[in-house]
Formats: sequence, C-alpha cells, structure tokens
Amino acid sequence: MKITSLPIHFLAVISFLLLGSLVNAQEHSVAEANDEGPVNTQQEITDYTNHHLKDSHDFHLFSYQGSDGERHSVGFSLPVILWASNGPVAFMSSEFHHDIDGEVVVEKGGSRFVNLHDKIYELEEGAEEIVMGEDHHPVNAHKPFDLSITKSVFGILLVGLLLLFWFGSLGKQYKKKSIPTGFGRALEPLVIYVRDEIARPNIGEHKYRKYMSFLLTVFFFIWVSNLLGMTPFGFNITGQIAVTVCLALFTFFIVQFSGNKDYWKHIFWMPDVPVIMKIILIPIEVLGMLTKPFSLLIRLFANITAGHVVVMGLIALMITLKAQFGAVGSTGLSLVLTLFISVIEILVAFLQAFIFTMLSALFIGMAVAEHDHDHEHDEEGHEVDDVEDVRESFV
Amino acid sequence: MDQLLNDFSPGLFVMQAVILIILILLMKKFAWKPILSSLDEREQGIQGALEAAEKARLEMKNLQADNEKALQEARAERDAMLKEAREIRTKMIAEAEGDAKAQADKIITQAQEAIAAEKRAAVAELKGQVAELSLEIAEKVVKQELSDKEKQQQYVDKMLQDATLN
Repeated sequence: MKITSLPIHFLAVISFLLLGSLVNAQEHSVAEANDEGPVNTQQEITDYTNHHLKDSHDFHLFSYQGSDGERHSVGFSLPVILWASNGPVAFMSSEFHHDIDGEVVVEKGGSRFVNLHDKIYELEEGAEEIVMGEDHHPVNAHKPFDLSITKSVFGILLVGLLLLFWFGSLGKQYKKKSIPTGFGRALEPLVIYVRDEIARPNIGEHKYRKYMSFLLTVFFFIWVSNLLGMTPFGFNITGQIAVTVCLALFTFFIVQFSGNKDYWKHIFWMPDVPVIMKIILIPIEVLGMLTKPFSLLIRLFANITAGHVVVMGLIALMITLKAQFGAVGSTGLSLVLTLFISVIEILVAFLQAFIFTMLSALFIGMAVAEHDHDHEHDEEGHEVDDVEDVRESFV
Repeated sequence: MDQLLNDFSPGLFVMQAVILIILILLMKKFAWKPILSSLDEREQGIQGALEAAEKARLEMKNLQADNEKALQEARAERDAMLKEAREIRTKMIAEAEGDAKAQADKIITQAQEAIAAEKRAAVAELKGQVAELSLEIAEKVVKQELSDKEKQQQYVDKMLQDATLN
C-alpha cells in the first residue's frame, strides 16, 4: 500500500512544482540581456557554456520567440534565501526577472540585492545600483551568505529523493520476499558490487560494515548526479566545486576519525626509519593527508566540468561550422560527435562515482589497517602497490 | 584558481553538507540497513544450503560406496558358491566313477573266477567222461576180438564217430 502510494505522491509533488512554475514563468516574459535571441556567435556560445557550468538561481529549460515578437523563456524560478546584513531574507528568483547582469535591484528586508552572473550581491547602504571596479568586481556590494535553493540544490534534493525512493522501496521489498523484483532487481547487484568490489577488499572483512552507508550513499549520489547532468535539464551538480569539496571533506573527516594508532604513527613518527627521516617525513605525510581528498575533489570536478564543456562545445559545432559545412552538414557532424562523446560521458559518469568511492574506501582502509610490525615493509609495499594498481587501471 | 575560488559557493557547500548528512542517515535507516542485512541473511542461507547439499552428496556417495561394496560381496559370495558347487559336482562324479569302476572290477573278477571255476569243473568232467569213454572204447575194443586189424581199425573209427563229445 505504501509502496504504491509513494511514487504517486512523489510524482504529484514534482508535477505540481513543474506545472506551477511553468505557468509562473510564462507570466514573466523577459527581455534579458543574455537572452535576446538564439545563441549565435562564438562569444555567446562561450558565455552560454560558462553560464551553464555555474550554479543558477533559475531553472531555465528553453526560450522561444513568441508571436508577440518577444523572447519567452520557459522554466521556473527557485527560492532565494539569504542571510543579509539585516537578517534572513527570502524571495523567489523571479523577482530578478531573469536578469543576471546586476541591473534589476530587488529591495527586501531593508536591503537591496542584485543578481550578477548568478551570484547575489547585497548593495551597500545608500547605493542605488551596482558599480563595477577595474578588476571586474563590484566595489559597492558584497555577497551575503546564500542558502538559496539554487538549481544545484534542487538537483541534490531531487537525487536524494530518487535514491530514497529507489533504495527505500528495495529495502521494503525484502520484508516480503528474499529476491527483489522489478527495478530493485537491477539495483541489488549494484549494492552488492559496491560491497564486494569496493568496500570489502579495500577496508577489510571485519571493518567494512561501518562505512557501508557512507560509501553506498556517496557512490549512488555521485553516479545519479553525473547521469542527471547528461539529461537536457542542464543540471551540473558534481561539476560544482562546492559539492565536490563537501564530498571530499566527508571522506577526509571519516578517514581522520577512523584512523587508528598505527595510522597516526605512520604520519607523525614513521617506524623503522632513522630519526632524521622521521622528522622529514612528518610534513610530507601531513601534506599527503590533505592531498588525498584534494585529488578526490579535483578529479570529480574536473572530469564532470570537462565532460560538460566538451558536450556543449560539440553541440555548438552546428553553429560554429555552419559557414563551412552548411546547416545539414554541421548539424550532422555535431550530432555524431555529441553522440559519441555522450556515450563516453555515460561511462565516465559511472567511472567517476566508482573512483571516488573506491579511493575513499582505500583511504579508509589505510587508516584502519592493522599493521603487523614484523612485516611492516611488506605491508606498506603491498598497500602502495594497491594504490598504484588502482591508479593505473583508471589512467 | 581565482575563478575556482570565486565559483565556490559557501551556501551550496552548506546545503550539500546538510543534505548529504540527512541523506546518509535516512538511507541508512530505510535502505542500506534492511538491504545489507537481508543480503547477509540470504547469503548465509545460500551458504547453509550449499553446505547441506554437499553433505547430502557425500552421504549419497558413501551410501553408493556401501551399495557397491555389498554388491561386490554378494557377487564374490555367489562366485564362491558356484565354484564350490562345481567342485562338489566334479568330486561326486569322480567318486561315482571310482565306485562304479571298483564295482565293475569286482563283478568282473567274480565273473572271471566263476568262469575259471566252471571251466575247471567242465574240464574235470570232460576228463572224467573222456576217461570213461576211453575206458568204454577200450573195453569194447578189447571185447572184440582183436583179430582183424582192419576191422579193429574200422571199429575204432566207428566208435569214435559214435562218440559225441558233449
């Protein structure tokens, strides 16, 4: 009963959101600086790509030329929640009328706000409009703490709900039968895969259990987010540096908090080496502690960003190569190349989720490993091999 | 780098952190815990079933070996019995043959003895008769006058012709 009512409820919420906002968006037909016509020139393509890569306060789907000769953009606005100088402020992003050049000033809660390149700035006391300095940074405004439901936050929530719905219903199935049916049958092997190929071999048979929730959640979160980034909705969740920083910090803290005596000993007082080496190794090991999560966050961010840039660049070929190949030729070329890259991107979506989870598990495994001091060198050497094996197989 | 730092949104970071913590907790409660424990349960069940099957297979194997052994024993026993029977038969035949031969020998010996005795008796009787006959002839010859030598000879011939050797 519950299983059947959940998706209906879930779909209702989503469709309500979409419909309500679409209607809402229809009312705001705007002459936006960036959206005055189809994207045509090289500069506009670059701007469009950069705009897509960044987070946004609007959920913009597409725009079209209306019968009244104006551009209408279809999408929905998202709530803006700010902690400004005069306390918390919340309003819908539609109040900016899709403006991202800092021209529309919204006055709320005694403060004035503008949207400059999808960052909300709070104008200083008395300022009427934003003034740009020579370094292209505004001089009379600052960024308030922005807790808005941006497009990425919306995407994160969507991914979270999807995961909860999928795996929650899989978990519920086990109450009645031991072998899941339907979509759960496809999800179950994935869970087993993460358990048997990622967690168990890297963390060890006796300790992996504790970290399963984190590894599974992160694996599926990254994977679904990456895949959602492939859809035409234009999500770019894992391409947001803040998101990957957050994910990597989770790994970092979990590793530090589960590190046993041996782990800390190997960082601050490396056994079996001369004292002078022990001292030299301290900063190196401490740096290594930090570079591990740093490599995680950069790898994920860079891979996804690069993928989006390449896909958008290839789609843009139909405009940039129109002069040389004609409309049909450039569109065909763009289609074939984009299809090709998209297939690779689907692979990358999985691969990045796998690598992130795999390396997280590996770092946790190194932190909780029981060292046998008689065979320390073998142990160490073995672990180093593991890391290199893993790296080699992904390069 | 400057671009990256500028793009880093603290708000998004906080939202992601909060949502991720909530998501991990919710997923743990509603998804991972039941899924993983059921998987463990199922795997243990499968393991148990496999072990039981292996055990059953071994038992079956033992049973088969036992059967085979019993069969072989029975076969050996049958062979032994057959062999014994054959031996007994051969022995019986041999014995019977021996007995029969001895019996026959005995009978033959007895017969020979009887024949010899009869023969002796016959010879003795013949001897007697011959002697008697000879005496008779001699008597008759003597009774005749032994004048005519030719007649004597004729008479002896006639007598000898009349005398039938019974």
